[in-house]
Amino acid sequence: MSSAIGSPIDRVDGPQKVTGAARYTAEIVLPHMTYAAVVAATVASGRVAVIDTGRARGAEGVLAILTHEDLPKLAEPHLLPSLAGAAAPGQSFFPMQKDVVHYAGQPVALVVADSHERAQYAASLVEVTYERAPSITTIDEGRDAAYEAERLFGGLLPARDERGDVDTAMAEAEVRVDVAYRFAANHHNAIEPAATTAVWDDGRLTIYDSTQGIRASQLTVAQLLGMPLSDVRVITHFVGGGFGSKAMVWPHVTLAALAARHVGRPVKLSLTRQQMFTSAGHREEQEQQLAIGATRDGRLTAMHHEKLSITSPFDDWAEPATGVSSQLYACPNYRGEHRLVRGNTMTPTFTRGPGEAVGVFVLETAMDELAHELGIDPLELRVRNHAAVDGHGNPWSSDGLEECLRHGAELFGWAGRNPVPRSRRDGDWLIGTGMAAAAYPVPLFMPTQRARARLYADGSAVVQAGTQEFGTGVLTAMTQVAADGLGLPLGSVRFEAGDTDLPNVSSAVGSAGAGMISAAVHAAATALRDQLVATAVADADSPLHGADPATIEVREGRITQREYPGVGETYGELMQRNRLADAEAPGSWTPPPLDTPHGLLTFGAQFAEVAVDPEIGLVRARRMVGVFAPGRVLNPKTARSQLVGGMLWGLGQALLEGNRMDPRHGRWGATSLGEYLVPVNADAPEVTVDFVELTDTVVNPLGVKGVGEIGQVGVAAAIGNAVFHATGRRVRELPMAAELVMD
Amino acid sequence: MPAWAVQLIAHHVRPKIMHNDQFVATAPPDRPPLTSGPSSLPVALTVNGSTHVVDLEPRVSLLDALREHLDLTGSKKGCDQGTCGACTVWVDGRRVLACLSLAVTCEGRSVTTIEGLAAGEELHPMQRAFIECDAFQCGYCTAGQIMSAVALLEEGNATTDAEIAESMSGNICRCAAYPNIRAAIREVRDAGEGGHRATA
Ligand code: FES
Ligand code: FES
Repeated sequence: MSSAIGSPIDRVDGPQKVTGAARYTAEIVLPHMTYAAVVAATVASGRVAVIDTGRARGAEGVLAILTHEDLPKLAEPHLLPSLAGAAAPGQSFFPMQKDVVHYAGQPVALVVADSHERAQYAASLVEVTYERAPSITTIDEGRDAAYEAERLFGGLLPARDERGDVDTAMAEAEVRVDVAYRFAANHHNAIEPAATTAVWDDGRLTIYDSTQGIRASQLTVAQLLGMPLSDVRVITHFVGGGFGSKAMVWPHVTLAALAARHVGRPVKLSLTRQQMFTSAGHREEQEQQLAIGATRDGRLTAMHHEKLSITSPFDDWAEPATGVSSQLYACPNYRGEHRLVRGNTMTPTFTRGPGEAVGVFVLETAMDELAHELGIDPLELRVRNHAAVDGHGNPWSSDGLEECLRHGAELFGWAGRNPVPRSRRDGDWLIGTGMAAAAYPVPLFMPTQRARARLYADGSAVVQAGTQEFGTGVLTAMTQVAADGLGLPLGSVRFEAGDTDLPNVSSAVGSAGAGMISAAVHAAATALRDQLVATAVADADSPLHGADPATIEVREGRITQREYPGVGETYGELMQRNRLADAEAPGSWTPPPLDTPHGLLTFGAQFAEVAVDPEIGLVRARRMVGVFAPGRVLNPKTARSQLVGGMLWGLGQALLEGNRMDPRHGRWGATSLGEYLVPVNADAPEVTVDFVELTDTVVNPLGVKGVGEIGQVGVAAAIGNAVFHATGRRVRELPMAAELVMD
Repeated sequence: MPAWAVQLIAHHVRPKIMHNDQFVATAPPDRPPLTSGPSSLPVALTVNGSTHVVDLEPRVSLLDALREHLDLTGSKKGCDQGTCGACTVWVDGRRVLACLSLAVTCEGRSVTTIEGLAAGEELHPMQRAFIECDAFQCGYCTAGQIMSAVALLEEGNATTDAEIAESMSGNICRCAAYPNIRAAIREVRDAGEGGHRATA
């Protein structure tokens, strides 16, 4: 049916982005703009004893200073993932309601001034005296008080998953692998720091927000301020990356709204890079342990996967780490558990590949150990154990894992690999190759998604949905979906997004965006097409009069009978004759029920070659290959880019990215991009990405499973397994420090 | 410093030493209240060929002058700390980080930003190549990448992929479009359409 879907067209927003014309949130210009700066707590626990704003108030250009003493009281926030479609504060705690300090970086005052420099300067004049209480900011400090979580993700997911008799099966296993891993915390570090501009007009609030979900920002601010949703409008045209940090709605958004109400002028609140380390969540410091029991011929018989991580004082938050390990391989006896330590950090949050990017690292590293132990090719071990059904016995909505593994092996040149560690050299470098399977859950807990399509009598169309462009290429892909749905050439369709006054869709998180938004856009576009086809067949003056609508198709704006392409007319001719200046249709999509009898995972395979200098412990990724089965690919060009980006995130996760708390002060060691290392151009090898195409009729109408996370999942394991192959050393900590790799 | 050296050094200094030791703010010492910033003065900035006179406090960075005072928001603020490269512009044809440059020091110099790269509607070859090669996703680092990339060709520092990768490593792309950024630079280099003056 389609011509636009599946074509690698250039981004529709490309010209705006390469010329600097694309406006991001902090670049919105409003008359009488004012600037806010956050004063952040420098202690991790305790209370604000004295806050002296005298000098700051006297500073030039200062319009207001808000502290816990004068900030209005808000409704209580309740953490819930934004995809669920309700208010989605990132944590169940709003700062500046009382004098309490729960984490370093927590806002304690907000300064508003008439220029950016003056706000920043006045913020530096606010004198805060703290009464400091002992803090816990590392797992080690809180280990003794660890507890088993009951539910995760704001109550959406159980923290424990169990089937069979793990302990007996483990005790009877012919072979066992039992490994423990440690992980430093990760920060998203989208290059655009979070920013919000708020402006009030006659009791109504408009927010320009750097967010992955304008709807979530609207719901959250309305809930906290006790306002009707109709009085809160959120606008976001371009977002400079999210990766999870803009998936939830953090306090600064509401603070900007409060400040704007207070000063009666628009307020622009931009967080600094340093503040981004303590303002928008992070991937929590964690430890994982995985025990696998297997038969000598490599069949898994028991698995026990545990995660211990640190959360905030107010939320049981852990990225779920067992969603893949519990399902990917057929294993009759399984137990997954999450334990938590309460500490003085903000509530951690989704970070690209939430949960599974770490959980799959553990799983796929253990599988490599098992393969090594048994003398079975790592790839064959995966194929041998891949489950035909999910943990509940349901068939996959679509699979593709084995095809990904085999095709990836071919592209990479896996066959004939000598499995013996330290068997390849290139000068001083030890060379190793490694692979891993990848999988990521397809989330379906979003509410109904909606879009609207309008066709003008001149044959041009505008299709709308309240999503936002943060690099996924959604504007481009949805233009393609709308064009195919309407039967119009691409150039005749504009997809509009970025405003909560448009039909609502959920936050674009968890790789769900493309699937759910395309479902709504497709529904709206095809509903409009069908409406006009119905008009044509009912119109005595139409060449299509009396035809069966099922025999009619629309291509390039021309409605014809499929069997007789000569018989028909254009949308424009039909509409003008019927005195329709335009025509419009809404479309919506409701996801399948949560107990849909299908296994829901997206599959892939990762391969990496590394070179290791054993004298200094330096690891360089030389090449990477990823093959993925994400259902239908709306635009292979942008999808490929997203997958390459995800794979390089995996490289960062493996080799570079980690932050640690300094327990003396309860503050992060790294608070800049000079200290928290992310991959730069010279770190990134050439990356090969390919697709295994498959049809999925369960997840959504177009069968789109999403590409946002799966690119990252498994990469760190493939790199770690390659490091083992190169050096014979198993590094059990990420990022892999040089001293753990070197001889 | 090459990226691998940065990586190596960073790994070797763990655990990190806190350098910002101000965790308990004390009562203000006896000092005269310093509550006013430096006062503003007219500064003539020549950007993309036109000269603008703006009232700027001396502490205003070139980046904030462009973004907040001249409404030239194509140059991005990714860190304001000189670590990401999103603010890369040219001053007298040389790449500089606008967040680390004070606007007043640019008086009498010629500043070029991403807005000045295209010749009217006609995109610079590097801009076209970035679109064709999909060398960005969110687009927030893109202005800085393109300003660096064009300068790189002009400087003759793009003969090999390794050289491109090394020289472009001051421009972080968190979307990690790096392989495509290299492809775009290669494309422009091989077509011989490079440098600053390609459209000037
Ligand atoms: S904003 Fe200037 S280097 Fe990051
Ligand atoms: S395109 Fe998003 S940071 Fe480079």
